[in-house]
Amino acid sequence: MDELRGPTWLQRRRTRAFERFSTTPLPTVEEEVWRYSRIPELDLGAYRPDVGAAFGDAVPEGLKPVLDTLEERAALVVVHNGSVVHVDVDPSAASAGLEVGRLAELDPEGAALGSVSGGEANGAFSLLHEAFVADPVLVRVRPGLVVDAPVVVLHWTDGSGLATFPHLVVQAGDDSEVVVYDHSGSTDVDALVLPVVELAAGPASRLRYVNAQLLGQRVWQLGRQLSRGERDARLSTSMVALGGGYARLEVESTLAGRGASGEMLAVYFGEGNQMHDFRTLQDHVGPKTMSDLLFKGAVQGRSRSVYTGLIHIGKQAAGVDAFQTNRNIKLSDGAWAESVPNLEIENNDVRCSHASAVGPVDEDQRYYLESRGVPPARAERLIVLGFFEDVLERLPVPAAVPPLRSEITAKLDRRDDPVAP
Amino acid sequence: MAELVVSGLRAAVGGNEILRGVDLTVRSGEVHAVMGPNGSGKSTLAHVIMGRPGYEVLGGTVTLDGNDILALEPWQRAAAGLFSAMQYPTEVPGVALDDVLEEALAAVGRGGDDVQARMRVEAERIGFDERFLHRPLNVDLSGGEKKRNETLQLGVLRPSIAILDEIDSGLDIDALRKVARRVEAETEERGLGVLAITHYRRLLTELRADVVHVLSRGRIVATGGPELAEELEATGYAGFAEDEAEGQLDVMPGLRESFEG
Repeated sequence: MDELRGPTWLQRRRTRAFERFSTTPLPTVEEEVWRYSRIPELDLGAYRPDVGAAFGDAVPEGLKPVLDTLEERAALVVVHNGSVVHVDVDPSAASAGLEVGRLAELDPEGAALGSVSGGEANGAFSLLHEAFVADPVLVRVRPGLVVDAPVVVLHWTDGSGLATFPHLVVQAGDDSEVVVYDHSGSTDVDALVLPVVELAAGPASRLRYVNAQLLGQRVWQLGRQLSRGERDARLSTSMVALGGGYARLEVESTLAGRGASGEMLAVYFGEGNQMHDFRTLQDHVGPKTMSDLLFKGAVQGRSRSVYTGLIHIGKQAAGVDAFQTNRNIKLSDGAWAESVPNLEIENNDVRCSHASAVGPVDEDQRYYLESRGVPPARAERLIVLGFFEDVLERLPVPAAVPPLRSEITAKLDRRDDPVAP
Repeated sequence: MAELVVSGLRAAVGGNEILRGVDLTVRSGEVHAVMGPNGSGKSTLAHVIMGRPGYEVLGGTVTLDGNDILALEPWQRAAAGLFSAMQYPTEVPGVALDDVLEEALAAVGRGGDDVQARMRVEAERIGFDERFLHRPLNVDLSGGEKKRNETLQLGVLRPSIAILDEIDSGLDIDALRKVARRVEAETEERGLGVLAITHYRRLLTELRADVVHVLSRGRIVATGGPELAEELEATGYAGFAEDEAEGQLDVMPGLRESFEG
């Protein structure tokens, strides 16, 4: 603990969190939100925190291809093993009011940290995150500013046995507009990543966030993403989860202000023994709020996926539209996918729908392509790519899509590879 | 010279026998029309020849140039030279037409064809909007656009025998003329053989049928020249039906599709 840098408030916060963590039991699969999870397999003792694990200011080699595809950007932050190693903000964007960098420097009082997650952390992993968060990143957009190019945040983990605790806070001021691309990758190591992302969309702002998760297949992720939209804010969050061994992400979107809207998109595709685990919450607090969730997943080999989602309509939330769709394609007999949608409605003036499905490639679609002369394996491949394309083409950072698409294609090419037990 | 021979074909859907012994032969350059009331088995005939899942062959044979088609997978039937234009073309979200045609041509060693150029030529010939060429297959297309899309694919894939299942439904009169003329041109220029399932004679004014068959309750009950279509238009099917009860079985696959979709 003592080796963690940062201002006094952060150190005090860490100590408090660590004390609480020490007396908080780890969750079990008996709890609904951890049902189906692989949490019983987690051995926290196998990891050591990322204290002082990064060095120098070099951009890790593994991130360079990502950087090359995102040449147009308003700012770049590179986080290596939990510590910020590189910050670069386009001067004209900076002078217009875009602040990007170490939270500890930009926000000396630390008010931004926890501004969306609210108050003190709860739950073992939130406390653990708070106890070890080394070097949080802040993206702050001045009211009225439209940031033309994406803000790029790259996370890299390459230490075997390391646990890292990345933290990103994005604050979009009133009537501002920004796109944030958050990439997380690693070498093929045994590591544990506990990321937290907080997205605060001010009144009438347009905040779009994309997370590409391409961690190595031995890395565990226990992540949280919390967003909050004020009056008339337009929030959009997209996840593309292709990596990780057990990769869990809790996604909570709170539509607090009247007329706020939230779009939530995800693509996830597991192979081998991977498991993707998404828990979503569309929390409608304000009236006339709108949320639209579309999560699309595929499992092949012996991979598994879980999607559970809750739409909550609060008492004050009249005139709400809330939609939730989760579709999964099961590409092998050994793969498994679960989809559990839920509704909790306290105000009846709503338009709400949810749909969920788990099944093989649609037989009619496959037959249609086969009847044109496309062999079955090629037809299924086209259909799965098309299934994901639906979401990929909506991502707000088009330049990032081709490498993600290639990764999906490469996974499909490994479809018939044997899976180690 | 291609020859599709259907002989004594019997087939069932969900345990119900729909085709009860169908015989017909389509050769290169010939246009055969199959007419008949709803439920007579017209679409089932198209599906069984192409190999759609869910149709059980109870007996009989289908050969293309002497080869047993029923033993082949649907894509192999297409590769052998069959094409089926569907009555209700399936929407395939996210999958673009050009990608499908490129895959289909690659499978028969024609990967070198300039698919893009051929698609543009075909689109022009039938008045199909070019912006649909790279859009997801059949998604958000009107009924008529879907039929033009099927016709365009026929033009690019160049089958030896095409089965058209109500290619005329959903088309306005101008579009119908273009589609029918396009198919007619294929029969004349390349010797395409056509099995055209239709309710209406208007298709056959542009796509001139050499032979007209009347299908009723799973059997061909009359075969004649183009004059048979005229007679049907004047008198209806009553004179040909054995004991026609208005059946719904023939439209069931379509209904099933819409439930599952």
